[in-house]
Amino acid sequence: MTLLSVRDLVIEIPSRPGLTRRAMARFIDGVSFDIDKGEILGVVGESGAGKSLTGAAITGLLPPPGRITGGTVELDGQRIDGLPPSMLRRLRGRRIGMIFQDPLTTLDPLFTIGQQLVETMRTHLPLSDTAARARARDWLDRVGIPGADRRIDAYPHEFSGGQRQRVVIALALCAEPDLLIADEPTTALDVSVQAHIIALLHELARERGTAVMLITHDMGVIAEIADRVAVMYAGRIAEIGRVDSVIRHPSHPYTDGLIGTIPSVAHRLDRLRQIDGTMPRPDAMPAGCAFHPRCPKGFDRCRQDRPLLRPVGDSLAACWLA
Amino acid sequence: MTGFWLQSDLVNGFRNAPLAVASALVVAVLVVAAAFAPWLAPHNPMDVASLSLLDSFKPPFGMPDADPANPLGTDNQGRDVLSAIMFGLRVSLLVGFCSILLAALTGGAIGLLAGYAGGLADAVLMRIADIQLTFPAILTALLVDGIIGAALPRTMRESVQIYVMIFAIGISLWPGFARTIRGSTLMERNKDYVLAARVIGVPAWRIALTHVLPNVLGPVLVIGTLGMGMAILTEATLSFLGIGLPPTHPSLGTLIRFGNDFLFSGQWWVTAFPGLALVLTVLSINLLGDWLRDALNPKLR
Amino acid sequence: MFAFIASRILQAIPVLLAVGFIAFALFAYVGDPVTIILGQDATDVQRRALARDLGLDRPFLVQYTRYLWRAAQGDFGISLRLAQPVSALIAERLPATLELAATASVLALAVGVPMGVYAGIHRDSCVSRLFMVVSLVGVSLPTFMLGILLILVFSVSLNWLPSFGRGPVVAVGSWWTTGLTSWAGIRALILPAVTLGLFQMTLITRLVRSEMLDVLRTDYIRFARARGLSDRAIHFSHALKNTLVPVITVIGLQFGGIVAFSLVTETVFQWPGMGLLLVQSVVSADIPVMSAYLLLIALLFLVINLTVDLLYFTVDPRLRAEVRGR
Repeated sequence: MTLLSVRDLVIEIPSRPGLTRRAMARFIDGVSFDIDKGEILGVVGESGAGKSLTGAAITGLLPPPGRITGGTVELDGQRIDGLPPSMLRRLRGRRIGMIFQDPLTTLDPLFTIGQQLVETMRTHLPLSDTAARARARDWLDRVGIPGADRRIDAYPHEFSGGQRQRVVIALALCAEPDLLIADEPTTALDVSVQAHIIALLHELARERGTAVMLITHDMGVIAEIADRVAVMYAGRIAEIGRVDSVIRHPSHPYTDGLIGTIPSVAHRLDRLRQIDGTMPRPDAMPAGCAFHPRCPKGFDRCRQDRPLLRPVGDSLAACWLA
Repeated sequence: MTGFWLQSDLVNGFRNAPLAVASALVVAVLVVAAAFAPWLAPHNPMDVASLSLLDSFKPPFGMPDADPANPLGTDNQGRDVLSAIMFGLRVSLLVGFCSILLAALTGGAIGLLAGYAGGLADAVLMRIADIQLTFPAILTALLVDGIIGAALPRTMRESVQIYVMIFAIGISLWPGFARTIRGSTLMERNKDYVLAARVIGVPAWRIALTHVLPNVLGPVLVIGTLGMGMAILTEATLSFLGIGLPPTHPSLGTLIRFGNDFLFSGQWWVTAFPGLALVLTVLSINLLGDWLRDALNPKLR
Repeated sequence: MFAFIASRILQAIPVLLAVGFIAFALFAYVGDPVTIILGQDATDVQRRALARDLGLDRPFLVQYTRYLWRAAQGDFGISLRLAQPVSALIAERLPATLELAATASVLALAVGVPMGVYAGIHRDSCVSRLFMVVSLVGVSLPTFMLGILLILVFSVSLNWLPSFGRGPVVAVGSWWTTGLTSWAGIRALILPAVTLGLFQMTLITRLVRSEMLDVLRTDYIRFARARGLSDRAIHFSHALKNTLVPVITVIGLQFGGIVAFSLVTETVFQWPGMGLLLVQSVVSADIPVMSAYLLLIALLFLVINLTVDLLYFTVDPRLRAEVRGR
């Protein structure tokens, strides 16, 4: 059952806001994907590919002056892009939750985590103060904070980075949303803690049937817990499909390159593999396929026509090779 | 070189900010009026011989009995208000500029020293600056002015008052410069080009002067401009209180004080126009400084 | 916590001593107190007698200590201009200044903070731009000009409010006097308080707005929005609280500005406070008053700094943890 449906999403940001001519650059250029109920979709790509922007756009949190200038976003069959701010606000937290990257700055330092949990729950759910507080304590237990009874009245700075991210997860899920957008949830954490947080996310999502849009640049994390994966490049989707298919038989040369960059303990390498070149800026996009300047398998058509997503096996890939 | 400058972000931004251009224009006009006052002013208010009591209290342009020779009216002794303003502006701007220069040079030197040398010198100097910063500048200027004034024999006071003012106001403003330059120096000190120079063996003072200094000038310019507005206001306030410049060499503040006496008897123009001139001057300088600060702020780029 | 207070007080002592030193040097050495008191025609005998009385023949350190000791007990000497004990003069003037300063501060905060918050939240609206322009003018307008302007409008033209003096005052307790008990007294307070408070108000508005803008850009506000919290909760609970914490410090330190500008306001309105006393003593080189003022101001600022630190301490939980040594 489709929960979230994004079709041909276009996001533009003026390149020199305010001063002179307003040249709009397309940061997201025609992105389409679905997320089913309870499914974990990984969105992966290099920095600047547009992953975070897509996540922000879905909840209506695009930082101005960026705007959605094309396409649709539907939640449970109803359009949510273009809703007035008051209605969008009610969606956030209650239907769509969001986690950001840096746990050290995501929590208000002047309020206890208990206060922040209670506040979030009471905004969306009809709970009394005592009931909310009891639930808050349960949530802290559930995300693995020891001594929840005492810690509920602690301030964010009294927790470690990993613990704070757990609190953030609790905050994002406490109003019981159907979809959770996790924007690089483990990037700012120690490697040893990352695995725990990812496992926690996985557990909670499965337990409550929450769909997850997991945004990350780490292919390894995707391989661990995602059901499907969308590979983004330069504001477009290069490939999208079930995780095992995409990882074992990548159809798009970019995906192939990404997977190849994961160092493995199993093989010895003299050099780390990398994809030569850098991703083009939105105001300097090459004609045709965005990846062709870096693509080892590019040919004439790639330079002229932009490939759209077409079925290759059980995935979709935007490549002329398919 | 000029071509490069004309195309730089700074000048471009300037052209696109009408307020900044307007204030720069106003400042330019005021500076010219002040600098060339002896030649540009229609009358000479200092020349006692040219004054006539018959001219006293003429109202400004637009009111009955106005005389076109005195567009802004005259005071109780027949002095032309417009000319008095131009000469007064001269003094105000001079004191403002010199005191800021003094503050920048002393504060800058101290800040550079503290930032570059570090350690105990830094701690002590900054502590002193901090303590002085907790007192408002005007209070410091007032006290310094009062102390020096009390120490000088009565006869000397009037003639050196302008230097005393420059010194007092300069002293009150140095901590701001010192703190800023110290901060910038600390940042630059750890940069690679400084380390490279030290490795080669360039003496510390040379590094400080030739390498670090040019890079810390940006913030100095901003503080200097904003500080100048403050310096002018401080001088005007002290003169208004009666402890600033004397009526023989009046600044705008002195003129305002002088005209205040006639407020209740209806000759409002003697105090109002110098007041207007003062506000206009400080406002334009502040606007310019504000714009400069936003333009040079790396965070906003 | 006590350790914190104790360490701050310890830090304050050398500052007090240094200022005391300056005040004393001023007192003893600037100008010749003997000539000032006795005039030019005193005989040598009279001079020496007075010098002995004033203790001028003792070594420097002794004089310094005596000065500080007397100051600690409230004895600052005799005013050269008015021939009265300085402490009596101060006691007479202090309530006037304090009433004025307090009223001005309350006004400044009550208007400045909401204006700043509004301008921060609705940063591009017409009203907020108007506020910013008003505050810019406020910063460029010298206090005395504002005072004159207000007098011109409200006293000379409209004749609604008095333009000088404090109006009728009522004695309260052993040395305090207040003008607040009578309507006439309050009327006399209005113009000076507005004059004094306006500068503060513009400063506060600009500061609060700038802090608010910074806070509204933070990650935790973004997260609050992502959780669907109401605008009211975001702006007036989270953002406001975080804005006020740094603002408190600056406001507290800006109290110094109130003290400084009260000098000007008191002069313009002939308000019989400490500021007017200082100005008159600077004009007439009345050293004892100047020294006393210097010491008292230093003490006041140190107390303000300490209070602000304590306030900061109570409001920001991070500082409390730091000091507890977690």
